[in-house]
Amino acid sequence: MLAAAQKDEKKDQALKNLVGHPQTGRDCPFTLLNSPISHTQYPYVTGTSVLGIKYKDGVLLASDMGGSYGSTLRYKSVQRLKPIGKHTLLGAGGEISDFQEIVRYLDELILYDNMWDDGNSLGPKEVHNYLNRLMYNRRNKFNPLWNTLVLGGVKNGQKYLGTVNMIGVHYEENHVATGFGNHLARPIFRDEWHEDMTFEEGVKLLEKCMLVLLYRDRSAVNKLQIAKITEEGATISEPYAIKTHWELEAFKNPATGAVGSW
Amino acid sequence: MFRNQYDTDVTTWSPAGRLFQVEYAMEAVKQGSAAVGLTSKTHAVLVSVGKTNSEFSSYQKKIFKVDDHIGVAIAGLTADGRVLSLHMRSECIHYKFLYDSPLPVGRLVVQLADKAQVCTQRSWTRPYGVGLLVAGLDETGPHLYLNCPSGNYFEYQAYAIGARSQAAKTYLERKFETFPECSRDELIRHGVISVREALAEGKLNGSNCSVAVVGAGEAFSILDPKMVQQIIDSLDDKNEEPPADVAPVEGEQGAVQDDTDQGVAPMET
Repeated sequence: MLAAAQKDEKKDQALKNLVGHPQTGRDCPFTLLNSPISHTQYPYVTGTSVLGIKYKDGVLLASDMGGSYGSTLRYKSVQRLKPIGKHTLLGAGGEISDFQEIVRYLDELILYDNMWDDGNSLGPKEVHNYLNRLMYNRRNKFNPLWNTLVLGGVKNGQKYLGTVNMIGVHYEENHVATGFGNHLARPIFRDEWHEDMTFEEGVKLLEKCMLVLLYRDRSAVNKLQIAKITEEGATISEPYAIKTHWELEAFKNPATGAVGSW
Repeated sequence: MFRNQYDTDVTTWSPAGRLFQVEYAMEAVKQGSAAVGLTSKTHAVLVSVGKTNSEFSSYQKKIFKVDDHIGVAIAGLTADGRVLSLHMRSECIHYKFLYDSPLPVGRLVVQLADKAQVCTQRSWTRPYGVGLLVAGLDETGPHLYLNCPSGNYFEYQAYAIGARSQAAKTYLERKFETFPECSRDELIRHGVISVREALAEGKLNGSNCSVAVVGAGEAFSILDPKMVQQIIDSLDDKNEEPPADVAPVEGEQGAVQDDTDQGVAPMET
């Protein structure tokens, strides 16, 4: 909050310097008054699904490392999971540059929080609420941060898992997903997730869902990371691939069921 | 304190390295009526004595709720105290809005202290003439802080400010080691007794004495005057801790020589 206040002050200063008369109600310099201000956005480099589940010791997040440029799978080493402070993990689908900006905001927030050096720290609930404010306010200015975020964390034994998206819709749940994950992974979670899963069970469940996404989501790449957050802290795994199977009978002789030229 | 050539404005140091205007501001705190704060492991309590302008007026409001988990008792320039309370409320609600979480007391107190410090370094604003006892609860338990016009803040187990606060502090000094284990009601009793020591004349009653509590599972609230009256009356019954030179009577019912507690204080509406 200190950061926000200081930013406001700086911004006010800057505007006052440019604008001159504080009472006319302008919030931009004369030179820019009638020029087009573009707000409509399209995402350019996007990440696909992020999955999150609560388990016995904390929260697990999974995502692949793909950054699509439209329909091209252009970037294959994009970090879409990041630790935030001591207690939280953040994963994002959507515009990668906006995610990187969000991480910058949060790093600054955590920095100011640490600078208090007073034994208090922002937990996952606080970060989630802050992000919600951020996303919703941008949406109201018709200039959204084009992301769906998954936020997981543990503080004082309390596990937390929630999501926020670019229009400010937010909620907490035992299992969350973004994008295609909502359609393909959530049904599997609903069937197979249960309270207090072990780490191995959790990873197995996430990998099962990532495999389904790999087969069915065209923007998925076979290079994924699983991140875990517990009371001790956050760890993000090295990237790895999962085994896929293409030697299905039906694929071997595709024309068997439909002989002919069309 | 003598008038001297270095005390005209805040931005003038004295050769001895003192800022007299700031010290004069702290004097204003000593002129206000007494306020006492104390903490246990689970609760924090604020008790204060109110003054009236005349027989017909109401008692000065000395305790303000800042948020569900923080409250403040003031001594000194009441108007300054009110304005600062408003500021504190604003900070708390802003934090709540951003983080959906209560503002840690320690951080509020530092922000308040920084605000007070600004006034000690500008030639066009004067220091705030009010001392604030901030009582609050956060993740690490109940806390009591004192904010001075100088921009300093201190954390206390128990403290008293305002007129004749030394008498209250003497009582607290004798008893503070038992405070951590005190129950909520015992803590309130200690607070009321200590504030009674700071009363020059007249008697404590539900109208001129304000009591507020905050604790684990209990939001900050100012007790009803009738409730306060009951507490004061129960002090009279038990007659614990008469003035220092009489040996304390522990928990016994029955008359004791102390005649300053004769009769029940009138109930005010």
